[in-house]
Amino acid sequence: MAITAPLPLPASNPWQTSPWRISHVRRELADTFTLTLDPPADAADAAAAFQPGQFNMLYVFGCGEVPVSISGTAGEGGRLKHTIRAVGAVTGALQRLRAGDVVGVRGPFGAGWPIDDAAGSDVVIVAGGIGLAPLRPAVEAILHARERYGRFIVLYGARSPEDILFARDLGRWSSRLDTFVDVTVDRAAGAWRGNVGLVTALIARVGLEAEHTVAFLCGPEAMMRFAVGALAKRGVEASRTYLSLERNMKCGVGLCGRCQLAGHFVCRDGPVFRLDRIPNVFQVREL
Amino acid sequence: MQIIDAIGRSLQQVPVFADLSADYHQLVAGCGALSVFQSGETIYREGAAADSFYVIRRGRVRLEAHVPGRPPCIVDSLGAGDPLGWSWLVPPYRLQFDAKALELTRLIRFDAACLRRKMADDPRFACAIYERLVPVIVGRLAEARRQLMDLYGQPAGRSQAWR
Ligand SMILES: Cc1cc2nc3c(=O)[nH]c(=O)nc-3n(C[C@H](O)[C@H](O)[C@H](O)COP(=O)(O)OP(=O)(O)OC[C@H]3O[C@@H](n4cnc5c(N)ncnc54)[C@H](O)[C@@H]3O)c2cc1C
Ligand code: FES
Repeated sequence: MAITAPLPLPASNPWQTSPWRISHVRRELADTFTLTLDPPADAADAAAAFQPGQFNMLYVFGCGEVPVSISGTAGEGGRLKHTIRAVGAVTGALQRLRAGDVVGVRGPFGAGWPIDDAAGSDVVIVAGGIGLAPLRPAVEAILHARERYGRFIVLYGARSPEDILFARDLGRWSSRLDTFVDVTVDRAAGAWRGNVGLVTALIARVGLEAEHTVAFLCGPEAMMRFAVGALAKRGVEASRTYLSLERNMKCGVGLCGRCQLAGHFVCRDGPVFRLDRIPNVFQVREL
Repeated sequence: MQIIDAIGRSLQQVPVFADLSADYHQLVAGCGALSVFQSGETIYREGAAADSFYVIRRGRVRLEAHVPGRPPCIVDSLGAGDPLGWSWLVPPYRLQFDAKALELTRLIRFDAACLRRKMADDPRFACAIYERLVPVIVGRLAEARRQLMDLYGQPAGRSQAWR
């Protein structure tokens, strides 16, 4: 299975940020929120053609620019959602914006999930924490063309029941008879009736036919490292395992070298990589 | 005898015991009985004698730790095919957590004294049991340590310096 080729750069100037207006802000968790952004008329078509797994560079005027994955669409007209955890200067500034405010947007950039290549296979999605955000459009795309895939499994891990992202979406997906969804948390008190343990425990338990399975993973790298190990133990080959990586970025288009990783540029050749193309990524200490 | 045969057959479906020889399946099954717990029912309590060992056939079970003045803390949850309880292997044979059924749960319950006696009588059999249960214990210890690492949180100590 070939990895999705990096898409050509957007037709518009990839250096030029265009003004998108925030139409809605949704608080997801204590530190996580979703911005729904309206593109200007001349960017609507390019925005609507994004590929699940791609990211945009979001610019807060006077503060800075950060890469953020597209976490969904909202109606017509290229309106896009971005789900962000406030961890520092720029993401904190994004958190302070309100509906009606404007952010600069460049993109969409990078290689996304190989949704089409996975057709005919079973698909297992493994997400942890905010890692469900870049995977949500992939889940929706697979559900939209559900008949093209075999078994469809979504496994999600969060720190606690209060940290479960997109709980409504997880509930909607799991209510379908053709989709298996399982959620686990690291710790919980009495009222929680779900699983407790790492997402790797869900991988160990779920019914998989490894040779027919394609896996998509996204989450903190420490989690992905253990999840990749658990999938390998179940027989899922590296050539059928895809993961989304994060590195700090500047240009977003493969020119500045800021996001270099083992001979690849994460912004251009990723962020979604096939595991056998970056075989030692989790062996490098303190990277 | 029919029940023992049925338990012996279901042990072939339990990953941890699947590759035991047929003789040993029968030996283990000879200490077994079927049991059912309704949702919310307590299977065992911390501090009680570890006189049973279980394998979950169907359903889900959670392990709880109780600390005075705090709500119960759920430390693990187990499902079909998982062995439940290992305190029966280690003196003083006292259970370490509460186990509660999260839904209608069907288990095979093994009499721990019966299993320990058979293991004392046949060191090869004891070795076969340890070889299968020790990796489960080690795996759960590793999982528990990883849970402590807060894998979904923001990496501690990630600073501008590494950019
Ligand atoms: C391709 C790609 C897609 C991404 N998608 C998303 C997304 O959908 N949602 C989202 O919330 N974030 C996403 N990120 C991460 C996001 O870009 C960073 O969180 C952001 O750059 C941090 O910038 P800041 O100015 O807010 O923090 P800074 O002020 O630069 O840093 C503040 C603190 O946060 C730490 N930090 C920086 N980056 C990260 C990180 N990635 N994870 C954890 N801690 C970090 C820093 O080391 C520092 O300790 C993505 C990153 C990439 C490369
Ligand atoms: S951010 Fe410039 S090369 Fe990737």
